[in-house]
Amino acid sequence: MILQGENIVKQYHHKGGLINALDHVSFSVNKGDFVTVTGPSGSGKSTLLLALFGLIRLTSGNIIFDGKRIDNINDCHLTDIRKKSVGYILQSFALIPYLTTIQNVMIPLALEKIPGKEQFKRAGEILDYIGLSDRMEHLPRELSAGQQQRVAIARSIIHNPQIIMADEPTGNLDPTLSLEILEFMKKINQENKITIIMVTHSPIAAEYGTMKLHLNDGKIVTTGF
Amino acid sequence: MTISKLVLIELWKRKSQLITGLLAITLGIAVIVAIQSVSVVSEQNVARNLDNLGANILVLPQGASIDNYYTSDIDAPTLPMDYVERILTSTIAGVDNMSPKLTRRVKVGGQSVVLTGILPKSEIASKPLWQSSGLLGAELKTACAPNQSTTKSHGFEDEKLKRKAFDTLNTKDCIAGSQVAKLLHLTAGRSVDIMGKDFKVVKILPETGTVDDDRIFANLRDVQQLLGIENQVSAIEIMGCCNAISEGLLGKLRNILPDTRVTTIGQIVSTQIETNQLMKRVTLVMLIIIFFVGGISIGNYIWANVNERKREIGILRMMGAERSTIYMMFILKALVLGVAGGILGYLLGTLAGVILGPYLAGIIVKPVYIYLLWSILLSVAISLAGSLFPTYLAAKFDPHTNLQED
Repeated sequence: MILQGENIVKQYHHKGGLINALDHVSFSVNKGDFVTVTGPSGSGKSTLLLALFGLIRLTSGNIIFDGKRIDNINDCHLTDIRKKSVGYILQSFALIPYLTTIQNVMIPLALEKIPGKEQFKRAGEILDYIGLSDRMEHLPRELSAGQQQRVAIARSIIHNPQIIMADEPTGNLDPTLSLEILEFMKKINQENKITIIMVTHSPIAAEYGTMKLHLNDGKIVTTGF
Repeated sequence: MTISKLVLIELWKRKSQLITGLLAITLGIAVIVAIQSVSVVSEQNVARNLDNLGANILVLPQGASIDNYYTSDIDAPTLPMDYVERILTSTIAGVDNMSPKLTRRVKVGGQSVVLTGILPKSEIASKPLWQSSGLLGAELKTACAPNQSTTKSHGFEDEKLKRKAFDTLNTKDCIAGSQVAKLLHLTAGRSVDIMGKDFKVVKILPETGTVDDDRIFANLRDVQQLLGIENQVSAIEIMGCCNAISEGLLGKLRNILPDTRVTTIGQIVSTQIETNQLMKRVTLVMLIIIFFVGGISIGNYIWANVNERKREIGILRMMGAERSTIYMMFILKALVLGVAGGILGYLLGTLAGVILGPYLAGIIVKPVYIYLLWSILLSVAISLAGSLFPTYLAAKFDPHTNLQED
């Protein structure tokens, strides 16, 4: 087991009342799983994704990653875990607009202070792997939406993370590009044995999951395989 | 890729914002550099012109009257010649020339004239100790004027105001002022009887409009003998650097000559001090304004940049950038802005000083290279001070909030 959530609760104060964004959510994810998290808008999917590695602090509950509790550790340690073990893919690609493709991909390595030559070599290999070696010096605005998302995927895997957190990675893409990206994520999951937790609205995308969680009103209503 | 490279790329890719951010601090530094460059040269000129007035410090015995600076040595009580050496052997800086005198009213040819015994420079030169003190030459040494200038003064050339040492004056020789020469019908080469001894008139001084016109100058030794006042002088005239006077030369002289009156032409010192203080006040006021305007401007720019890059900050934090990394990113940016603002401000200010100096102040301004260092330090300090708060807030941003703006 690589990731486990136990009775995760996240409450927000809103207009004098409490809202349960996550209401006693529990689940277990094994290494190499491709987990899809579905549910209607406001069901707590993205909150769960952000809460797992400390981008949102829990109200209560435990999160165990790689055998260690991480819900109660300080921001510095959580940052370190995100830097070394987690890759993120967002709906809006989240590329830095003034950096070229290869520079965007190199950021996780820069944060780990890996030497420039090594960064360049690894980024080149990854871009080759995702088929964008001819777009290395392009700025994000010079790339198509599908290419931008592939750059984001390259950035999420360059530091060999144990787990990738994807929030609606196909939300801004047309069906053909969506399938291309989903196939690519499946390839990463299978070839590199990287665990993926993907939040999605799309039933087609959800089908890629080897484990499926469905949330409603902050609660897991179904779990499937 | 490094964080510093990321900062530089961001700066380069957003050049228009960079220029806007730099504008206030660059102009501020430029104004200070221009004012300083002009005022330094202006101060130097004022000091040099004042120095050109000639002797400006008078050492008199304690009981002497100083109602009139230029005649206070006449018939004054005396002080020992040793005091001259006491000044010379001291380590006081700013004494540029010195002339011990003994002055008395005497009757010559039935007329009342002022007889002044002076020590010519040739006699000063003959004393090894005095030579080593550097008190030779009628012109001020360059070291006396404020440094950083090689410009020769073209200021007061008015002979009326110059009271400089005579190069040579042999025993039994004398020099007559223009009025006394007319009064006694003296011409160069003629002899004149002074208190029963013959003196050869070697020169008639041009009219100066001062008390010197009524004087007969003779060698100090002769006058001391004639008057029977051996090894005594009635005054020691000193040509002191104006800057040194304003920095307390008089007090230092009083310390080594405790039983004397050390006086100066108050106007000279006050003019110098007022000039220096005015320039310092103007610069200080500008400095305060620039510190606030520049700091607020840079702070505003960084704050706008932080807000614009909230999403980017969120992305970096999500990928594992520590708060300190975010902090460093903006501090580094402020540092780059500070250095760039300092360099550009120095260049602009120096250029303005060099171009406008001759038109506005009638002086030639040259670049002061040390101001480059000060400009950079000041600009960096302003930039960092202005950036600290927005940078602190940037580092505290919740990554989740910023990512939700997607």
